[in-house]
Amino acid sequence: MAFDTQEAKSVLFSPIFNNNPIALQVLGICSALAVTSKLETALVMSLALTTVVALSNFLISMIRNQIPSSIRIIVQMTIIASLVILVDQVLKAYAYEVSKQLSVFVGLIITNCIVMGRAEAYAMKNGPVMSFLDGLGNGLGYSVLLIVVGIIRELFGSGELLGYTILPSTANGGWYETNGMLVLPASSFFIIGFLIWALRTWKKDQVEDNE
Amino acid sequence: MEHYLSLFIRSVFVENMALAFLLGMCTFLAVSKKVQTAIGLGIAVIIVQTITVPVNNLLVHNLLADGALAWAGFPDADLSFLGLIVYIGVIAALVQILEMTLDKFFPALYQSLGIFLPLITVNCAIMGGSLFMVERDYNFPESVVFGLGSGFGWALAIAALAGIREKMKYSDVPDGLRGLGITFITVGLMAIGFMSFSGIKL
Repeated sequence: MAFDTQEAKSVLFSPIFNNNPIALQVLGICSALAVTSKLETALVMSLALTTVVALSNFLISMIRNQIPSSIRIIVQMTIIASLVILVDQVLKAYAYEVSKQLSVFVGLIITNCIVMGRAEAYAMKNGPVMSFLDGLGNGLGYSVLLIVVGIIRELFGSGELLGYTILPSTANGGWYETNGMLVLPASSFFIIGFLIWALRTWKKDQVEDNE
Repeated sequence: MEHYLSLFIRSVFVENMALAFLLGMCTFLAVSKKVQTAIGLGIAVIIVQTITVPVNNLLVHNLLADGALAWAGFPDADLSFLGLIVYIGVIAALVQILEMTLDKFFPALYQSLGIFLPLITVNCAIMGGSLFMVERDYNFPESVVFGLGSGFGWALAIAALAGIREKMKYSDVPDGLRGLGITFITVGLMAIGFMSFSGIKL
C-alpha cells in the first residue's frame, strides 16, 4: 500500500474540527458529559479512549479480511473489550484515585459508539496504518471537546485547574464567586450545545436542514 | 418490600440513567425525533435491562467475584478482571436471543421493535446498569428491581424528550443550533428538572 502523506494528514486532522465525532457524528456522548467536571478526569478519559480507538482500529484492520461478515460485530466487541480491560487494569495500577473517580466510565468505553463506529465505518475497509491514524484522529477530536468542556467546568465551577487554584473562590477567602451550576452534570449539555453552535457558526456547512 | 420500592423509585427518578448519569446518550439523542419510535425503543430497553442486569448479577456472584468459584474447587480464583468482556458478551447474546424469540413467537412486536434491538447492544445505559449493579454490590432481588427501574427511567426520559422535540418543530431555532445543538440544551434543562427529585426517599 502506497503511503500518501496528504491523505494521512487529512485522515488524522479532519475529525478534529471538520468531522468532529461528538459535535457532528453524534458519537460517544455519554462519557463526554459525565467525566468532564474536572480537567484531570477529562484528560485521563481522553487518553484512555484515544488509546483504545487507535489500537482497536489497527487490530481490526489487520484481521479485516479474515473476519466473516456475519459475526463481525462480536469479533469487534471482543477486541475492544480486551483493550478496555487492559486500559482499566493499567489505570487501576498506576492512577488508582482517578480510576475510582471515573468509576464505570472506563468500562463504558466498550459501548462508546466512537470505537464501534470507527471500527465499522473505517477499519473494516482500510489498511492498518491509515486505520490507526483515523483512530488517533477521532480520539483527538473527542479529546479536544472533552478538554475544552473540562477546562470550562473546572475553572468556572470551582476556580481551579488540575487542582491548582486559578481564581481564588470566596469560600477560601478570595474574590471569585464559584458558579455551582457548572459542577452539575446538566451543565455539560449546555456547554456542548453552545460549542456546537459556535462550531457551526464558524463552519456553515455543518448546519442541519430544517426538519 | 419498602426497601425494594424505594430502590425502584430511586432508580427511576433520582438516579435516572439518562438524565442523572447521562448514559445511553447516543441513542437517546439520535432516536428521539418521534414519540412512537421513542416509546418502542424505550420498551425494548426495559425488556433487555430487566433481563441482563439480573443475569450478570448471577454471573458475578457465582463465577467472577473473588472466591466465587469455591463451589468448583477454586477458592482462590479471582476472575473479576474478566468482568467487562463477560457483561458485554451476555448483553450481545441476550439481545440476539431476544431478537430470535420475538421473531418466532411475537412477530408483531418484532416488527415494531426490530430495528432497535441491535442498537441496544451498544447502548451505554444497558452496560452501565450492569456496571453500577456490580459497583454497588446489589444482591439478586435488588438487581431485578434495579434493572426494571433503570430501564423504565430511561424509557420515560426518551419518551419525554421525543414529545418536546415533536413540539419544537414549530419553533424558530437559530441556524447553528438547529438539530443537535438545541437538543443538547433541551436535555440539559430536562436534567435540571429531574434534579428536583434528588433527595426524595421513601
